[in-house]
Amino acid sequence: MAKLRGTGMAAVNYPTGMNLGGDPSQALIHATTTGTFVISLSSTDLGQGLKTVIAQIGADALGVPVENVMIDTADTDTGPHCMGTFASRATHRVGNAVVMAAQEARKVLLEVAADELEVSPEDLETDGQGNILVKGAPSRSIGLVDTALAAHFKYAKTISGRGMFMKPKSDVDPETGAMDPDSTEAHACTVAEVEVDTETGEVKVLSIKSAYEIGRQVNPALVKGQIEGGSVMGMSHALLETTAPYYPAIDHSPGGFSDYLIPGSADIPEIESVVLEYPSSTGPFGVKGIGEMTANSPIPAIVNAINNAIGVRITELPVTPEKILRALEMKDKE
Amino acid sequence: MTQGKLNAVGQSIKRRDGLGHVTGKTVYVDDVKFRDMLHLKMVRSPVPHARIKGIDFSEAEKVPGFVRALTHEDVPKNTYTILCLIGVGPDEEPVLAEDEVRYKGEQIAAIIAETEEAAMEAVGKVKLDLEELPAVFDVEEALKPGAPILKHWGTNYFVYEGHHCRRVRYGDVEKGFAEADFIVEERYQTSPIEHAPTETTGCVVKPEADGRYTVYTNTQALFFTLDNAALILEVPFNKLHLVGGTVGGGFGGKVDVIVEPITILAAMKTGRPVRYVFMRDEEMRVSSTRGAWRMYYKDGVMKDGRIVARQVTTYADAGAYNRHTPYAVTKHAANAAGPYNIPNVSIDAHCVYTNRQPGSAMRGFAVTPASFALEVQMDKIAETIGMDPWEIRFINAYRNGDMKPHRKVVEDATLIETMQAAAEMVGTELPERLKAMHSNDREGGNHG
Repeated sequence: MAKLRGTGMAAVNYPTGMNLGGDPSQALIHATTTGTFVISLSSTDLGQGLKTVIAQIGADALGVPVENVMIDTADTDTGPHCMGTFASRATHRVGNAVVMAAQEARKVLLEVAADELEVSPEDLETDGQGNILVKGAPSRSIGLVDTALAAHFKYAKTISGRGMFMKPKSDVDPETGAMDPDSTEAHACTVAEVEVDTETGEVKVLSIKSAYEIGRQVNPALVKGQIEGGSVMGMSHALLETTAPYYPAIDHSPGGFSDYLIPGSADIPEIESVVLEYPSSTGPFGVKGIGEMTANSPIPAIVNAINNAIGVRITELPVTPEKILRALEMKDKE
Repeated sequence: MTQGKLNAVGQSIKRRDGLGHVTGKTVYVDDVKFRDMLHLKMVRSPVPHARIKGIDFSEAEKVPGFVRALTHEDVPKNTYTILCLIGVGPDEEPVLAEDEVRYKGEQIAAIIAETEEAAMEAVGKVKLDLEELPAVFDVEEALKPGAPILKHWGTNYFVYEGHHCRRVRYGDVEKGFAEADFIVEERYQTSPIEHAPTETTGCVVKPEADGRYTVYTNTQALFFTLDNAALILEVPFNKLHLVGGTVGGGFGGKVDVIVEPITILAAMKTGRPVRYVFMRDEEMRVSSTRGAWRMYYKDGVMKDGRIVARQVTTYADAGAYNRHTPYAVTKHAANAAGPYNIPNVSIDAHCVYTNRQPGSAMRGFAVTPASFALEVQMDKIAETIGMDPWEIRFINAYRNGDMKPHRKVVEDATLIETMQAAAEMVGTELPERLKAMHSNDREGGNHG
């Protein structure tokens, strides 16, 4: 009886977005009288930070400070259609719609500023700090507030934009399975280290170290949040969770967190990550989706690490102490 | 892009709703309360498969605070399928069970009462006259002759354009197996899993003076819910106004449309606001899970590590109803061969019905089980042929320009670069040959 350590790895891809019947999202942007840009959506923030990353994308696409961007979501009377927040799609789809809407709004913004500064819109640039400047002559500038006021009260112009992104429907060929089901692929590679107690069958995950490639990070702290949450969720799927402990039988299904096991703070292993950025041609500023896949690569990496530690390959999830002990017993008999 | 220079993108600016979440000031659905609000609780099937012979509400009606019950007869279009909006059919799930229940916990009747306690007490006093029927729980048993048939079209599988499964056919797997030096086979099984959100699924519906209904909901997809609810209730779409956008954890569990239609109906029938929020027990035992998958992999491999054929036969346990599983199976089929360049691939992915609480969407949606099976299988291949687990993956990794088995040209591939970064991070010294590889061509010695 011993505590044996092992390491295992796994490498995965993950597709961004769905397309079964077409996968659209829309955004509308308008400026208030004093130069706040309101992005209207019907998209849902699941706690992952969608409202924050969309404000960041909108700010850079408009060329205004992020503090000047407000997100108005999610109300079906005022927000244009969004397919929903799932399939690692929201930053990619909604972000693309916001960029398109921002381009239209920015065009009007620069036209009004050009009239005020008596130059051509092509001669203008934004500094991202709330100013519109004449290229090469930055002393000639106008602020967002003055531009928005002029648009509303002097030129009768609406500084607004409409944005739409849709991945078109792709029918599946029923004979060959030919289809175009996604917009880009993100990638992950995880190395897990475990310690297996051969007396009790318990597995302790010591570390989960992963590399991810997600096109571009809009907000690295929120990306890290996905990575850490997903790593723990993956670990939990690998070792603990089931609603049917005797699957396929339905007996003894848990009804609460006293009998449905998920990791507590003390179970969380060392988590390290590195994020690569190879921008996708389809996403806003090169974005790919990271939401779902962070839970995927830890599962096989942990199962492979267990095999590396004790020489048994478990092929059914979750890898409970009972399965470990039975597998060790089988191995001893061989 | 509009701006060359990025000021906000790439910055870890503080999330805007974070302070509200950690100080308890964020308003969630369960915080929405109205003075004359009623509460809805569900009468559920105690058994996995039965014929409903009768429902007796007489004792429940005597509970102080009981307002009314709803059965399938009250639901205008009682039978639906969530993905009907994108052409998936036929309709097959009842909002409230009619003559049969097909999983333990299935919704049979709604009880509306003045308080949550009264609703629960009344639910406990509803008498069900059920005739139990044989049940099937195993996906392969469900496909055998003699298994109890759960679907009106006469099979326990979803029909994909005339086929009993979603097929992918690329190259010739039998030819690949004949050439191969090794055949590596394994069976993999995942488990149904609960989304375990902090906030359980729920909604509050308020009838407005103008005849519309405001639905405060934690759905992950507002219009998807609105459209399905309007179709079920046979009301004009603009009668419904959904307000949401803040969700205490979704993970795919709040993509189904379960609580809203019946709660809107309850508000219509009573003219009062109605609340229906799952108890933890309902979230775990009744609401959709991540479906379980059984997966058989058979690979033909050469001595040098090249995988020349991959045959995948998988079964998604949809439970009793479609929910999102028919589409999950298609997504699975597109990803079941993995991020590898394999010249001969055959995939049969089945959507199978059993007498289990439905499986549906969950983070990783049918790719998670495939990634588990694939990556354990890759290690088994490496062990079988005596090769390092890193090397087997580098040799077979897909490159930009390759053709995937579902006939989509690979773009944005960075599997090799991601593995190189992970190896460096953990201090694994890769052979020079693997370090020199990249995703844009086939330099570095692997096959093309």
